[in-house]
Amino acid sequence: MSTQNGHADPRIDLDLIAEMIAPGSRVLDVGCGDGDLLALLQSKRNVDGRGVELSQEGVNASVTRGLAVVQGDADTDLADYPDDAFDYVILSQTIQATRNPKEVLRALKRIGRRVVVSLPNFGNWRVRLQLLFNGRMPETRSLGHSWYDTPNIHLCTLLDFADLCDDLGLDIEDAVILTGERAWRISNPGPLANLFASEAVFLLSRRN
Amino acid sequence: MNTIEKAGRPEGAGGPHSTEFEEAGIRVRRALATFGPDEPLALDCGVKLSPFTISYETYGELNAAKSNVVLICHALTGDQYAASTQPLTGKPGWWPHMVGPGRPIDTNRFFVICQNVIGGCMGTTGPRDTDPATGRPYGLNFPVITIADMVRAQAMLLDKLGIGEIFCVIGGSMGGMQVLQWASAYSERVFSAIPIATAARHSAQNIAFHEVGRQAIMADPEWKQGAYLAHGTNPAKGLAVARMAAHITYLSEAALHRKFGRNLQDRDSITYGFDADFQIESYLRHQGSTFVDRFDANSYLYITRAMDYFDLAADFGGVLANAFRGTKSRFCVVSFTSDWLFPTSDNRQIVHALNAVAAKVSFVEIKTDKGHDAFLLDEPEMFSTLRGFIDSAARARGIGA
Repeated sequence: MSTQNGHADPRIDLDLIAEMIAPGSRVLDVGCGDGDLLALLQSKRNVDGRGVELSQEGVNASVTRGLAVVQGDADTDLADYPDDAFDYVILSQTIQATRNPKEVLRALKRIGRRVVVSLPNFGNWRVRLQLLFNGRMPETRSLGHSWYDTPNIHLCTLLDFADLCDDLGLDIEDAVILTGERAWRISNPGPLANLFASEAVFLLSRRN
Repeated sequence: MNTIEKAGRPEGAGGPHSTEFEEAGIRVRRALATFGPDEPLALDCGVKLSPFTISYETYGELNAAKSNVVLICHALTGDQYAASTQPLTGKPGWWPHMVGPGRPIDTNRFFVICQNVIGGCMGTTGPRDTDPATGRPYGLNFPVITIADMVRAQAMLLDKLGIGEIFCVIGGSMGGMQVLQWASAYSERVFSAIPIATAARHSAQNIAFHEVGRQAIMADPEWKQGAYLAHGTNPAKGLAVARMAAHITYLSEAALHRKFGRNLQDRDSITYGFDADFQIESYLRHQGSTFVDRFDANSYLYITRAMDYFDLAADFGGVLANAFRGTKSRFCVVSFTSDWLFPTSDNRQIVHALNAVAAKVSFVEIKTDKGHDAFLLDEPEMFSTLRGFIDSAARARGIGA
């Protein structure tokens, strides 16, 4: 899925995610695409990694690289996994392409002790201005599709996402926003982050 | 083979019934292992089969750490000649694209073993061998065997060869069932497992097709209640029909249409008779008639029955995941888009069960119109993905290139 959302390469969010993962942990990457993040995590963080990918091309490419990846759908196939199966479950640039983001996030919380989510921010000022002045659905670097053929069917702003996490009993342990090529660590997304971030990476943990 | 000699090869692992030769860059060893009265095979049906023999082949060399063993499990009508010339037919081995120097199962790197299954007819004890109780061929007195029995016998041979761990167990169709059985019953011995185009239980439709084949054999008057060897007859017609019916299930409508369509065989128009007017008829008849030269009708009955009985979850309260609980093996499940005998959905059930125990599993579905038989054919995407899986497993196991 991450290969299909028109995201410009190289993906800075992959490095940011890698920094959030403790070395040697068990990781499930949901929507792993060609396995770029899993390969990075294996080489840099020595993780025991698995992947789920919707497109068969992505799966076959990942397995050819020696990664443990299965074809599957985040919306339907996460139910198979047992509770606490992984130290981290990663949803990288995928949540906005799922049919039921809330249920997916709920499943991730059940499967992984920690959840890492990276997503584009629909609250970014460029998006807001495009809609305000052009009166058309915005297309940006992180959202490079026309409204009718976009896989991104559930876009949200960082504030929206923070609300959903709160709703599901997930605490934001760490968050990094991207503005252009620069990354900023924040504690919680506020109105300014929501205005300037083009995308963000969240490290989430279950609320005690 | 020197490595085995050094490792101390027990009796029966080589000896007088073993020949060695080089073929197509592969060091081939063809051998027969005998299991005497003190080493019976305890079958699921309660019978202790003894004595029995296992006919097998090895390719390549066992390394000093004995860590490079690849076990190939053959399909229903396969045999131990995976990568060397089949002595009866004179044809090349049945998995030439997969096994050999530089192939995904690289015989320069791995020590490959392929055994004829118990109940088979290529040298391993089966219904056409002599029943020591009567001095006559077993025929229908041969005990009914299961996939688990086949695997148990294979494990006994590996024990005899002094081999503990298998680096990789691989097979398609019925071979894939054996792979699943290995991974479940001997998980501590299996480092990696590649079940291809298979299922954790034989479907009703597949049992139905097998029953058609068995009834064709039994309807042949020369079958003689299975005692055709004693009567000097041969149920070749029944076995050929069984093969023809089964062969259709190995292909796909698209492949049949591409290869044959409605093309006529050596004629310009239909003959208003029951000759093989169509190329597909002629092709199937050929498949049937060549098959009977190399296969035993009773073996066909017994081995199809073993597949029918296979239901891995049944021993685990109906929960397939429990068959793999605690597994540390890595899995790569492979299916084919046009396989309707062991469709992707059957293979996906295996993947779901493995996910449910958080096993290290990969799952690829290969796009092809060649049907179930695709696992035997030249499918570059299958080879590239399996090469990736095997190489990565070999790195993890510390097996050099």
